Amino acid sequence: MNTKDLQGPTLLEENVGVIRSRMGGFFPGERVVFRGKDLFTDLKDLDWMELYLFGITGQRYTPQQMRVLHVMWTHTSYPDARLWNNRVAALAGTARSTGVLGISAALAVSEASIYGGASQLRSSEFLVRAKKMMDDGTDLEALVRRELKEKRGIGGYGRPIIASDERIVPVMAIVREQGLENGAHLKLAFAVEDILKNGRWRWQMNFVGLTAAICADLGMSSREYYLVAMPVFLAGMPPGYIEAADKSAGTLVPLPCRVLEYHGVERRHW
Amino acid sequence: MMEEKINTRIWQEEAEPDNAFAAASCHCHGYDVYGELLKNASWIEYLFLLFSGEAPTPQQAKLLEGLAIALANPGPRHPAVHAAMCGGVGGSTSASCLTAALAVGAGASGGSREVFFAMEQWLINKFDLSCWQAELAELPETRPEDIWPAAGHQAGFDPHGVNCTKPVQQTLAHLSEVGESAHLQWLQLNRAALEASTGLPLAMTGVAAAALCDLGLTPAQGEMLHLLLCLPGAAVHALEQRDGGYKQFPFFQVDIENDPGSVTQAKGEE
Repeated sequence: MNTKDLQGPTLLEENVGVIRSRMGGFFPGERVVFRGKDLFTDLKDLDWMELYLFGITGQRYTPQQMRVLHVMWTHTSYPDARLWNNRVAALAGTARSTGVLGISAALAVSEASIYGGASQLRSSEFLVRAKKMMDDGTDLEALVRRELKEKRGIGGYGRPIIASDERIVPVMAIVREQGLENGAHLKLAFAVEDILKNGRWRWQMNFVGLTAAICADLGMSSREYYLVAMPVFLAGMPPGYIEAADKSAGTLVPLPCRVLEYHGVERRHW
Repeated sequence: MMEEKINTRIWQEEAEPDNAFAAASCHCHGYDVYGELLKNASWIEYLFLLFSGEAPTPQQAKLLEGLAIALANPGPRHPAVHAAMCGGVGGSTSASCLTAALAVGAGASGGSREVFFAMEQWLINKFDLSCWQAELAELPETRPEDIWPAAGHQAGFDPHGVNCTKPVQQTLAHLSEVGESAHLQWLQLNRAALEASTGLPLAMTGVAAAALCDLGLTPAQGEMLHLLLCLPGAAVHALEQRDGGYKQFPFFQVDIENDPGSVTQAKGEE
């Protein structure tokens, strides 16, 4: 019987005690297999980011593509402890928690709905789907209108706090410098921005829309892009943790009782 | 500089006269926490108050207490507890063990996201058996733009089960007898019909979802409370494995399907 036909406890029984993998494993004291390659020989020249990408997509990228992908990771790592995700790392520092706990929690928090992980996936899924529909002859403006009607927003466009995105211009400068500005998804992303910016919505493309398009042009699926984009905030987190941990404990944005603005029910007895 | 506020309907504080950063009194939904709740409320009653904003009826408190016991420890075979033990066995921080349990126990298959989806179904289908049957006859729609991967089965049911397990039946039977448990009673009455529609047995997530609906919670509240209630077992099993040491903890086998073989092996073959 094909193992795909198994189900219930029989399927589980088939998997007891063993991990069957095409992603890899290690032979203690000897070698490591990473997606069918020997980590210490076949992949020895990869830098960390190349290995990270290879782990997600199984692909190798040109130096020009890597330059653009590195910019995606560097240009959104802001060492500003006010940002919600970064603040988690910094609060861990002021509370004298460990750096890894603080930063890993901050990374988890980055999988937010109005920014970060969820919007990354939404944006990529839309652009990949829209590109296919455009290829099949769908009118882009009609597609955008339908998307807005059904989902009340399009991932990768608009931004909390401020409308414009300061990362677009510097990232695009490097995209052009590396000759990668003519990708079909990137052109589509800007075409969508034109519709949204000039219509009543007044939304501009944000960093997520831009990088989702770039990664789609590099052949990444939406879920691959979602994982590739995971470290985009990472480099901005340790500085906040370090600074808060260096200062007196509890002094990062301490909150006096008076900042609690209570809107609940009147006092009552249990 | 204008002082920014935190708006809350839950919590009210008065500062100590000599320290703006220390609370002299804390009121939760109007009740004096340290003056009255501490003496007069049980932990379960306080938990209900925190989530719902109102004191529970005796039946609601009993229902939440029963649910808390049912969920407190799914046992070391459960993936969330397994994850916590992976932290414990290596001597990882206690917080990371619980973080591991939360991350895995959050999942859409067997975890809190499944409870969320099941509670959403209750909002849609209510007590209409034909609606439930129509929905359960089909696999849930896959949403490629959602960060939660598709569970591949109907929320609230065991994808690998054969029959409804005794603990699930015992929990459903007990909680549905507590009173103020219309969802649970309906589930008890219609379990067989629902299971026939899915071809799968009811799971503990399905019982939890019905109980959380009976407690008047939203899917978001239910998901959060479910995450919390599942942690005690993860904590103690992580501690137990920390004490037991890694030599007594399974490491399993890995079967690498695309192993290129060792470099020395390859050279020998040439």
